Amino acid sequence: MTKEEALYKYSLKMGDNALVHSYRLSEWCSNAPLLEEDLALTNFALDMIGRAQAFLTYAGQVEGKDRTDDDLAYRRSERLFTNSLITELPNGDFAHTIARLLFVSVFERYFFTALQHSSDTTLAAIAAKTLKEVKYHATHATEWTMRLGDGTSESKKRMQAAINNLWMYTGELFETDEADAMLQGLNIGVDMPPIKENWLQYIKGTLAAANLTLPEDTFMQTGGHKGIHTEHLGHILSEMQYLQRAYPDAKW
Amino acid sequence: MELLEKNEQVQTELLRHFENKIEKGDSIEPRDKMPDGYRKHLIRQMSQHAHSEVIGMQPEGNWITRAPSLRAKQILLAKIQDEGGHGLYLYSAAETLGISRDEMISQLHSGKAKYSNIFNYPALTWADIGAIGWLVDGAAIVNQVSLQRTSYGPYSRAMVRICKEESFHQRQGYEIMAKMMSGTDAQKEMAQDAMNRWWWPSLMMFGPHDSESPHTGDAVKWKIKRHSNDELRAKFIDKTVQQAEVIGLTIPDKDLKWNDATGHYDHGAIDWNEFYKVISGSGPCNHQRMEHHKRVHAEGAWVREAAEAYRAKQEKQLLHS
Ligand SMILES: [Fe+2]
Ligand SMILES: [Fe+2]
Repeated sequence: MTKEEALYKYSLKMGDNALVHSYRLSEWCSNAPLLEEDLALTNFALDMIGRAQAFLTYAGQVEGKDRTDDDLAYRRSERLFTNSLITELPNGDFAHTIARLLFVSVFERYFFTALQHSSDTTLAAIAAKTLKEVKYHATHATEWTMRLGDGTSESKKRMQAAINNLWMYTGELFETDEADAMLQGLNIGVDMPPIKENWLQYIKGTLAAANLTLPEDTFMQTGGHKGIHTEHLGHILSEMQYLQRAYPDAKW
Repeated sequence: MELLEKNEQVQTELLRHFENKIEKGDSIEPRDKMPDGYRKHLIRQMSQHAHSEVIGMQPEGNWITRAPSLRAKQILLAKIQDEGGHGLYLYSAAETLGISRDEMISQLHSGKAKYSNIFNYPALTWADIGAIGWLVDGAAIVNQVSLQRTSYGPYSRAMVRICKEESFHQRQGYEIMAKMMSGTDAQKEMAQDAMNRWWWPSLMMFGPHDSESPHTGDAVKWKIKRHSNDELRAKFIDKTVQQAEVIGLTIPDKDLKWNDATGHYDHGAIDWNEFYKVISGSGPCNHQRMEHHKRVHAEGAWVREAAEAYRAKQEKQLLHS
């Protein structure tokens, strides 16, 4: 694997995570429990589209085949997407959306904090910009976790169920492969174990404060980074890519 | 007895003060004394306006996941967010008249409060997103620009803020149409089809002809409404016809033609039967829009309750610490 190939994979994964998570959040439009929350969730979706554009554009550049962010978003098939599975799962109820946002955005907060010091100046710049956004996402998710965990008995029940159901998808966030190892060695990529340590501490503290229970260690799902997805991703892509696929010659 | 008389005197004095302010063109503020009819008229109009912003998120939201490029998705999502934000300002502005957001929402659900008829039409293709931004927001702006000078201060200030964003929406919608009209045959066809379906409903957004409009009287006297339905409709047609021509779209009205004498376009007859049919609940999406809003509101109840319970707990803790 060359450095360029590793960098392509690395950027693509971050782009796909942002793109797919934003897709799910955008589905809350006109569907949130209150108007303020409708705006907040779709605002996060908007941040993530911007991030997807930045990473996919960069992936296209390092790949060197003249592919744009749109080419990568709209003309790749299921097996070529490398997002973590947790981002593609259907929204479920509001508690599930908050639990996912908590798990993912807290991970991203530590991850981008580290990545902003990357020796690759493009990655460092995108990371610095992203960090401001994900800090806000993490705070929002933490606040709602508190409200739901320590709100009513129903909200506590739902929030705990969401935490339990999504737990097995959290391990994948910290998985590394050959590309990660290579880039970390070059001070381009992030060293994962400390990220995982910080993440776990934060989640533990938040769940405890919200009167929620940390799930038992369990079997962790994997596969997204290798393009082995849940059945849900195909449906996302068939909807998202429909116009580009149906009218391949059209510009929009 | 004396007290009552005195009270009445004060009331009359305050009402005279209101009429003077209206006369001079000063704005009316929440603490000012105002006639009941004025307050009621504004609550009806402002809550309808707020509900329209919110219900309007549904047809456009229908296309977020299918937007054909990342940029298009971003623009659409940001636009819909703006509309939700407009809903929020308007709910807050209406709250200054002594009605809560909850009450306004329950009036929407009971059918007592309305929302703009235009959102009872479906957004069927991507070109509809262009047509909605260009025509529907375009029509809304004409109306809202005139409301920037409406007599109720909080409403007029909300309009000033909203108008800035609406003109972006209109431009972005037009850009979608322009792009499609310079694209493939299939795109052109899609754009013209959207134009054909949205043109007449957009004209209906201005309401019945002046000769038929039941609310014109008081609203005009109180300077809530500054221009008549037909004046505003003419303004909209005049600016839109030219924009359509520039990008090669045909206005689906064979009677449309420039009238030198009036300085406006003459247009063909509007199908008011359709208008009243949709207003009375038989439009293509009335049922769907309301059911959606009610379902989401009901499904979200546990979240709002949790937030409220949590807030109450925190407050109690603060009190005891
Ligand atoms: Fe609006
Ligand atoms: Fe708008």
